[in-house]
Amino acid sequence: MSRLNDSNVLLAHEIIERYPRKKSALIPLLHLSQEQNGWVTPEAMRHLAELLDITPAEVIGTATFYEMFKFEPVGKYVINVCQTMSCALLGSDGLMHHAEQKLGIKAGSTTEDGMFTLEPAECQAACTEAPTLQVNYRHRYRVTNDSFDQLVDDLRAGNLDGEIPPHGTLGRNRQHIPAEKFVGAPDPDDVSDGPVWIPVSVGDDS
Amino acid sequence: MSSDESNATEPVDATHDDAGHAEQGEEVAEQDVADDVEAAEEPAAEPDPNIVPVTLNGREIEAHKGELVIAAAERHDAYIPHFCYHPRMKSVGMCRQCLVEVDTGRGMQLQPSCMITVSPEMKIETESPTAKRAQEGMIELLLANHPLDCPVCDKGGECPLQDQAYSHGPGESRYVEEKRHFEKPIPISDLVLLDRERCILCDRCTRFADEVAGDKLIHFTQRGNQTQVMTFPDEPFASYFSGNTVQICPVGALTAEPYRFKARPWDLTAEESTCTTCSVGCRVVVQSSRDEILRYQGVDSDPVNHGWLCDRGRFDFEAVNSDLRLTDPLVKTEAGLTPTSWNAALNGAARLITDALAAGGPDSIGLLGGARGTNEDAFAWAQLADALGITYRDAQLGDGLPASILGLNRATIDEAASASTIVLLGPDIKEELPVLYLRLRDAAVEGNSTIVEISSVDTGLTRYAKHSLRHQPGLQADTVQRNSELLTGDDVVVVVGRGNLAESPDETMAALAAVLDANPNAKVLPALRRGNVVGALSVGMAPADDDHDGLATLRAAADGKLELLILLGADPLNDCPDTGLARRALAGARRVISIDTHRSESTQLADVVLAAAAYGEKSGTTTNIEGRVTVLADKVTTTGTARPDWMMAAELALMLDVDGDLVNVSSVDDVTAAIAAEVPAFADVTPAALVAERNGVLAGVVAGTLSDAVSAAGQRNSYDHRLVVGRKLYDRAIGTAMSHSIAKLAPGAAIHLHPLDIDALGASVGDDLQLIGAQATAILPVAANHAVPRGIAWAPFNQDGSVIETLIDATASVTDVKIEVI
Repeated sequence: MSRLNDSNVLLAHEIIERYPRKKSALIPLLHLSQEQNGWVTPEAMRHLAELLDITPAEVIGTATFYEMFKFEPVGKYVINVCQTMSCALLGSDGLMHHAEQKLGIKAGSTTEDGMFTLEPAECQAACTEAPTLQVNYRHRYRVTNDSFDQLVDDLRAGNLDGEIPPHGTLGRNRQHIPAEKFVGAPDPDDVSDGPVWIPVSVGDDS
Repeated sequence: MSSDESNATEPVDATHDDAGHAEQGEEVAEQDVADDVEAAEEPAAEPDPNIVPVTLNGREIEAHKGELVIAAAERHDAYIPHFCYHPRMKSVGMCRQCLVEVDTGRGMQLQPSCMITVSPEMKIETESPTAKRAQEGMIELLLANHPLDCPVCDKGGECPLQDQAYSHGPGESRYVEEKRHFEKPIPISDLVLLDRERCILCDRCTRFADEVAGDKLIHFTQRGNQTQVMTFPDEPFASYFSGNTVQICPVGALTAEPYRFKARPWDLTAEESTCTTCSVGCRVVVQSSRDEILRYQGVDSDPVNHGWLCDRGRFDFEAVNSDLRLTDPLVKTEAGLTPTSWNAALNGAARLITDALAAGGPDSIGLLGGARGTNEDAFAWAQLADALGITYRDAQLGDGLPASILGLNRATIDEAASASTIVLLGPDIKEELPVLYLRLRDAAVEGNSTIVEISSVDTGLTRYAKHSLRHQPGLQADTVQRNSELLTGDDVVVVVGRGNLAESPDETMAALAAVLDANPNAKVLPALRRGNVVGALSVGMAPADDDHDGLATLRAAADGKLELLILLGADPLNDCPDTGLARRALAGARRVISIDTHRSESTQLADVVLAAAAYGEKSGTTTNIEGRVTVLADKVTTTGTARPDWMMAAELALMLDVDGDLVNVSSVDDVTAAIAAEVPAFADVTPAALVAERNGVLAGVVAGTLSDAVSAAGQRNSYDHRLVVGRKLYDRAIGTAMSHSIAKLAPGAAIHLHPLDIDALGASVGDDLQLIGAQATAILPVAANHAVPRGIAWAPFNQDGSVIETLIDATASVTDVKIEVI
């Protein structure tokens, strides 16, 4: 299923309600769709466009700006090996080479069983713990070839399920904003003036 | 290195800033106070508070308050190079090419001149060494990834990037690395191709799609070095206005299918003219090479089109060059229609007229059409009709509104686009008058106008309307009366046209009367669609009364009362909503003379066919919906021996030896002068005035009253659907059908129902449904359409394979159909 499922549609409506303009909810909804499918599918982008009353072109234009939205299927675990200075000095090249051998794929691709996607990455802000990598954006520090093998085996065996959720999952605790805190769309009649950074155009959002 | 530098310099700059503020603060405050005092209390000392004095390259100039530096400079002959800046769109400062040095009291600083407005005492240097160095640097950067394929690029020769690289560029590039590569041109719609390698990311096309057209189907995607303009996969840039992006693209990234590789800019010659595809009257420049029209470009006419064109108007020049053009006059012989000489054809036509006059008198001749031609064409034929005493005449075929609408307090397009309340009564403006749609959309989105829409189905402007009043066809007058509080105000313009061809025009007229009843001060902008329908009706082609209008003429012909039917560019079989009537009329008229540019179904039934010169082949004037008369250019020679309609009327007048001025005209200017002399509303529209006024001359309005119209429609039966037949931009009209690039964009025939109605019928999308009307049945595939309210069936008019017209009875007030699954 690529469009948002029924429970996520309900959640989407709740997220949309938080903003004065529907389209402000685009990024949270892109996250929601990536959480559901593991990647942002074309059908999901069309669905978001419908929900937000914008065009699919606006959705893909916004979404493709961000590296962490994926537009092709990725593995359950996305492994980002840092390639920046500190990690490079401490052998991230060799680590990447080893990772490619271990997983049997080239950097930038996904294993056939759909478990792992291997990617080079820029600095992960943990230079003191180099070389580092991230699995679904969870840090692993001072990674050696052996600890990498152990990591992959553990992930395959499901030993880390409690610690690292599948790609796209945002967090175990869903943020809940009480309904009275929602801003919501104002009545067009009430919009006489807006914040200076948002040009007010009555009729655009109806 | 560079980040170090900026880190090091930033604090210094900040201190300068602070110091500047401290030093200048008092001065600025004083200045403000002085300005206020002057503006408020001493208007004599400061005659115009909207004038801002600034120094441009050492010269004192007067800029307008709120004017952008780039615009002020250009107005004062200091051209600043730019790519992304466009005067009709918001500035974004995307290309950085317009960097100039500006001093607002804090010392000279480089600023993008499209992003700052003038302020008092501002000093601007557009050609200082620093500004030049910045501009040259920007060109070098823009060219870093731009392929230098100018010799094979369609834009070469008229390319802002090429031109400005020569005029404001460094001349040489230091860039030796591999350029960025993309797949060479990819189609982003049926009409437009995109070459991303040439794109300099100026944001013009995407801004146009968003701000002006409202079709946000193209967008920047990716980022950094991969940033590119793209559509959503499988969702092409199917905008009615896509051709404008090609015109405003400052490089050769966007090219239009109908023009690409047809000519080089230096081979084109150009002449300004007016588009007559619909009745908005957009100014265009007609460009041709080797006597063949190859391109239209929009011209910025402030009261009308702001430089924009719709794709139908932009690309229907293909019809002028079509192989199906009539090149010679034809007469009917035993072998069918055969080409003949003009002498023989005009003699034949004159004989048909004398025979008809002898057999049945002037009341046995009908003259239909004129809306496709010039004012001069319509006037000459109306003069001929006057001289012969012909009373059956009309420029419309029951597809518009009674001509009495032209006698109301008429609004201009500008007035409509600045009205506080715009009342839309009838058609989908986006489909019928696309550039008027742009103006009204802009009024609602950027301006302060409120749109009140009264329509049976959703239209292109529904999204921008504050109030959308839906009504069953035939009940609009009632809807207006019940919502009259929405129509009050001092500044209300009613845009009124024929929204539903399956309902009597009386219904719209009754609703209009109700609107004017609720607000007698409301101005009216007639949204009659045909190219020059307002002109034709104004210069003599209006019927004297309802008993002699287009439908009455066809009825008389169908009843066998007409000896002769003259079709002046009219094609009743395609134009008249009641095709059954049109068919009977063409069969019932004893003789038919057709004056047309192309072979059509109606010309095939004619006894004499006179080949008419088409758009771009004849000069003259045209009148748009607001009554603005502009000049048309004869850019190319006529196809074959075709000639303008007025010339035929003049020659027939000579042959028939009629009284009047018509026998004395020898040029189109004579006819224009005769219109000014004889038509009171056109008294100011002299050839001299037309030459002097680039934006045309507004014709006057001869005040009249609305003909009484009473709504005759009742409520719908619950088991019927009420039919709405509306126009789409692309249909089977001759100009579209003969232009291969846009003909394929016609949506095709279908019956559109609300999805729930489709479910209720037990049908599914794509099924053939049988529509049972009072006089005929039709079978059409069904399409689901949320824009159609429940209980209404919507169908596009005049599409290929269309049978919906057979259900329309011109005498009925509304058309109810029973829909069955077969």
